[in-house]
Amino acid sequence: MSTAHTVVEVRDLRKRYRLGVIGGATLGDELKVLLARLRGRPNPLVPLDGGMDAQREGEHFWALRGVSFDVQEGEILGIIGKNGAGKSTLLKLLSRITTPTEGTARMKGRVSSLLEVGTGFNPELTGRENIYLNGAVLGMDRSEIDRKLDEIIAFSGIKHHIDTPTKRYSSGMKVRLGFAVAAHLEPEIMIIDEVLAVGDAEFQRKCLGKMKDVAGSGRTVLFVSHNMVSVMSLCDRVIWLKDGKVHMDGPTEEVVRTYLGSYTTMRSRVIWDEEAPGVPELKLREVRLDGLPADGVITTSDAFQVHVRFENLGFGEGEVVPAIHLLNGDDVVVMGSSVRDSLEPTTRFMVGTHEVCCTIPGDLLNVGEYRILVQFAHQGKVVLREAGTVAFEVHSTKRQGAWFGQRVGVVRPKLEWAVLG
Amino acid sequence: MNAGLKSMGEREGDWSIVIRPEQPWWRLDLKEFWRYRDLLVLLVRRDIVAQYKQTVLGPLWHVIQPLTTTFTFAFIFGKAAGLSPPDLPPVLFYMSGIVAWNYFAGVINRTSKTFVGNANLMSKVYFPRLVVPASMAVSSLVSYLIQLGTFLIIYGYYFFQGNDGWGPSPWLFALPALVALMALLGLGSGILVSSMTTKYRDLGFLVGFGVQMLMYASPVIMPLDRLSRIPWLLTLFKLNPMTPVIEATRAVFFGYPIDWGGLTYSAGVTVVVMLIGLMTFHRVERSFADIV
Repeated sequence: MSTAHTVVEVRDLRKRYRLGVIGGATLGDELKVLLARLRGRPNPLVPLDGGMDAQREGEHFWALRGVSFDVQEGEILGIIGKNGAGKSTLLKLLSRITTPTEGTARMKGRVSSLLEVGTGFNPELTGRENIYLNGAVLGMDRSEIDRKLDEIIAFSGIKHHIDTPTKRYSSGMKVRLGFAVAAHLEPEIMIIDEVLAVGDAEFQRKCLGKMKDVAGSGRTVLFVSHNMVSVMSLCDRVIWLKDGKVHMDGPTEEVVRTYLGSYTTMRSRVIWDEEAPGVPELKLREVRLDGLPADGVITTSDAFQVHVRFENLGFGEGEVVPAIHLLNGDDVVVMGSSVRDSLEPTTRFMVGTHEVCCTIPGDLLNVGEYRILVQFAHQGKVVLREAGTVAFEVHSTKRQGAWFGQRVGVVRPKLEWAVLG
Repeated sequence: MNAGLKSMGEREGDWSIVIRPEQPWWRLDLKEFWRYRDLLVLLVRRDIVAQYKQTVLGPLWHVIQPLTTTFTFAFIFGKAAGLSPPDLPPVLFYMSGIVAWNYFAGVINRTSKTFVGNANLMSKVYFPRLVVPASMAVSSLVSYLIQLGTFLIIYGYYFFQGNDGWGPSPWLFALPALVALMALLGLGSGILVSSMTTKYRDLGFLVGFGVQMLMYASPVIMPLDRLSRIPWLLTLFKLNPMTPVIEATRAVFFGYPIDWGGLTYSAGVTVVVMLIGLMTFHRVERSFADIV
């Protein structure tokens, strides 16, 4: 036996779904369709505005269009992709919740899949009873649960409420209990849907510790997630699904960065020749981002510059003051800054072309989308305001402690702290 | 031997799970079903426990319902209409039929909701889907046993009060076989209906009503000999696969002759219904998550 052997083998997996309402929801609907067909009329259930396409019977949608990959024993494989790329479909197929239209998937050993925390909980049953039920649903046998019961209860941290019906639990308690059961599964292959995204920080840390144990014990994990932070810190290898196919398959860092780069809504340079925004006396010529990381992926710790080039055509007297406003995805002005912040008060932008540069420091912006608004004032009056300039996205790929979620706040500067006693 | 040959030689048996588009329906994976027996037990427990939490009378409801029905039937159909056989206390006649019928009706009513009632569970996790209807057939058995116990007490009371020549037949020990027949017939029809309700919800409404109708076409209320004057109705009754089962249940309790031909017919129908049920169930369990 070789040391690395394949425990999951997926070959040309395809899944087709029917689109829209073609089958009747009730027997009556189905009869209507049948009647219409007998009389040579179009299917009455197909919406009229659907046009020719929708009318064609057998309107299908391929959620997976030929996915193949292998997973070696002990590997932690991340599966990423945008919504609709086929992640959930793949997950459902591998979990045997639904069946492929074509292709095969073969696995070695016991498989547990975790698409939800606390599946099958019955609100009338107590926490203890639900541990047994949930465990059995996930494929544990009774003796196994008996053996781990104390550990599960301790892990969940709700020892005092374990004999209370779960309907009196808070949602957080239910999640804890569900995860506690899941964390004590001992399958050879584990399929996980981003369940880590729940719970508070302390509980997440516990879960992470447990996940690391799982990984260390040579078990194979397939981890589907949107959360690049958890993918980066957990997975050895990542598969990027796009339009129902494997778009990229490789080491985590490489795939994740390419993935982020490809989806960034970045406009790093805007140049105006004619119809430049402004007034006759002042025209905006160019706004661009500079000093970006080589792959174009800005992470929260990266610093970069915003360059603004403009031409003074006729403001001979008085000060021209360039400024930028940083707007986030919700169009909230995160901050504004003008040359007055740091340039000498005596700096003047006389008639001619000028370029100014402003550095956005690292560890300032939180994760999200941003755009920059450029504004010029002349003698205390706003003379130019242009919102359609550069835009960029800030990502986070590094984890802070055990916390997998995003840091709160519009900004996330690193502040000075001191211990005073 | 080189690596290529080795992988070529890898047999299907090396893989514990093979996922592929088509799985022949007759490949009922009993080993897999057995592996999930603990789940079956827990689902039975869940059904029983959850049903009576926050009820005052709890399992007593199992007794109250059939007793009420029995006395109603005994009064209306037995005393007032004079339909029950003259040599038997009407209460015994009706209760023996009702208890058996309740089990069959319970199984079919509950298993017919297999998919619709467990949609959430089934769209989130894999387990042999047949565990769910099977657990329902088992948990209905608990209710049946309580009702049977109640019946036996009343039966004993009447028996020792003195009887007009009725008494248990030596075939009484075969009662479990009759129960098994009812369970399979109910389960088969239930999973057939449940498979169809995933597409047509209408059927869900029809089930309760249909089972009720079926009861009126069985000897639960009307002894078969009362029907000899209306041959077409008698034929209709005899077509009901539950008719021989109810008849046989009474036969073993009251010492009547057993209609073996009728029971063979019931068993035949059960096998056919079960096969069709398993076939449709198998088809639906594989695509169910896509429909819901």
